[in-house]
Amino acid sequence: MTPAADGSAIRTDHIARHYQMGSALVRAVDDVSISIRLGEFVALLGSSGSGKSTLLNLIAGLDRPTSGGIYAHDLNLANMSSQELAKHRSHTIGIVFQAFNLLPRMTLEENVELPLRLAGVDRAERGSRVRDAIQHVKLGARLTHRPSELSGGEQQRAALARALVNRPTILLADEPTGNLDSATGDEIMNLLREINESLRMTIVMVTHEQPRAERFAHRMIQMKDGKLVSDGESR
Amino acid sequence: MKFRDLTELAWRNLREALLRNSLTTLGIGVGVASLVAMLSLGVGLQEMANQRLSRSGLFDAIIVAPRTNFRGFGRRAQDNDGSSVPGGPLDDEARKALERLPNVVEVYPEIRFPTEIRYAGVPYSTVVAGVPESGQRSGAYDGMTGTFFSGPAADEAILQIEFARQLSPVTSSLIGKELVLRYAERQALPAEPEANNGRANTNGADDAGLSGGFSVVPREEKLRIVGIVETEPASGFGGVGRGRVMIPLQVAEKLRVAQTNDFRTMLGARPGRNAYQSLTVRVKSPAVVKDVEDAIKPLGFATYSLLDATSNLRQVFAVFDLLMGIFGSLALIVASLGIINTLVMAILERRREIGVLKALGAADGDIRKLFFVEAGVMGLIGGLLGVAIGWMIGFGMNFATNTYLRRQSLPPLKVSSVPWWMVAAAIAFSIAVSLAAGLYPASRAARLNPVEALRYE
Repeated sequence: MTPAADGSAIRTDHIARHYQMGSALVRAVDDVSISIRLGEFVALLGSSGSGKSTLLNLIAGLDRPTSGGIYAHDLNLANMSSQELAKHRSHTIGIVFQAFNLLPRMTLEENVELPLRLAGVDRAERGSRVRDAIQHVKLGARLTHRPSELSGGEQQRAALARALVNRPTILLADEPTGNLDSATGDEIMNLLREINESLRMTIVMVTHEQPRAERFAHRMIQMKDGKLVSDGESR
Repeated sequence: MKFRDLTELAWRNLREALLRNSLTTLGIGVGVASLVAMLSLGVGLQEMANQRLSRSGLFDAIIVAPRTNFRGFGRRAQDNDGSSVPGGPLDDEARKALERLPNVVEVYPEIRFPTEIRYAGVPYSTVVAGVPESGQRSGAYDGMTGTFFSGPAADEAILQIEFARQLSPVTSSLIGKELVLRYAERQALPAEPEANNGRANTNGADDAGLSGGFSVVPREEKLRIVGIVETEPASGFGGVGRGRVMIPLQVAEKLRVAQTNDFRTMLGARPGRNAYQSLTVRVKSPAVVKDVEDAIKPLGFATYSLLDATSNLRQVFAVFDLLMGIFGSLALIVASLGIINTLVMAILERRREIGVLKALGAADGDIRKLFFVEAGVMGLIGGLLGVAIGWMIGFGMNFATNTYLRRQSLPPLKVSSVPWWMVAAAIAFSIAVSLAAGLYPASRAARLNPVEALRYE
């Protein structure tokens, strides 16, 4: 994926996402304009309901903005068909969730292989890519284990391997340490930083843990009530 | 996503809720079984009727007569085919010409005459019929006591069982015994010179020219009883071949038995030529009857066949099969509701999984196809299972029918038949119905909002 002319991996232009809940209009994301550079590690911070996860979903192409433009490598997701958005998620984006979201009936290896199956990658090529991704997160000994047989940290590392296997340029992480104890959370954060540095992968991480964000992210964007309240480099 | 991957994922999903999916598949299987059982009964009865009719000799036979003889069928001779070809005599030359036509198996005259039989010195009045060689292949003599004629010219007789019972209460004891056939033989009279201008003739298989007329001489012929047949075999329509004592046709022709219509046919043929009142042309199958008839008409003869009756019969069975199919399909339609229910349940259970798949790059079409393949796999397995159960039901019907028939001392029947085309059609129909049932759940799954699906606990 080539970078945008301005060097940004992701750019939002007065983006808004409003929901109608009964008679009330919920402004989950309201007129947010940000630009995230290629290879940047950004933390999206805010309290519950601030709109950070909604913004992450918009960047992922899982949701569509009510208004405004959202660009990934200069391609406006707001104008894409659902088929094109699926392709965007498959080739450009890798996602990890707070709840890991591994498929329980599949082994670690099969879970990691899933995005390759969805992308129609040849069977012959899959094996090596799956092994590489699993080695990267240091789970080589757990290939045939099911998620229920893995610890929380291992599950999140498996989810990271799954997110990386399609070689995306942007990694989105929604509260990746939310379900983990402090030490395991740090392990995951170290892994994210290592991925960001070694693969020059753009990472956008939603979190409500400001200290951790300050330690690992290059930049912190604070949201409140759907609006951007601060945007600055971490210390 | 590639089809193989789709199938693997679908199979994995189906194995997850094994009990529910097995029950749903069993439901489809029962539906297909009901369809197969119903249709197999329809097809079996149709095959049985076709076989019976085919054995009756009604549908693969064409009656050929000189044009003038066809007034008896309730129409004017020229109406039979509208042909303007002048009618010729139906003589040995014509018989050979008919035998040379393509798809013709056999051409023979109809010989059937009332006469007297003597057995153990006691006279019995009965009807004797000449049986052509093809009679053995008709199936009418299958399961008979004893054997068919040892040769086409053997002096042997087969008795119809009712007649045999008149001769002896223990019919099987008649096999190998001798009976005497008493009959009136035609003998040619010398031709008068003026009669040679065009007035000769004989019936049946006379050899010498009877242009001057014939006299009748009483004769006897000894015949050995070789078989006893349960049913009254017919070798053609119009009463032809229906007799209580059957003898080889060649023997019947050789006897030159005087028959009631000899006087009439004697007046029609050319001098010095044998002429037949009518000939039966047996063809390879009912399907070629029309072609052979079309080939015979230009030779100047009138023809008659029961072709139209077979097409009517096919129509009746087509409607019958359709009705059986509709009733059989009802169970499959009910089973398809089971598929809808199972897949809708699967959507609810796998809501989060669908969200994950979409987040990982699955398009709406991939999700739709996944559910579609799951429905198709259930249809395929259900179809295979259903065909097996349906076949077993058909086998059971045949077994029960034949057990009953055996107890009644009747010959066995095949009331149910599962041909290969039905197996293929039933499986294809099962898959088609399952895919149709999967349409709604598949499109509902594909439309799921991934954000909401991922939020689902």
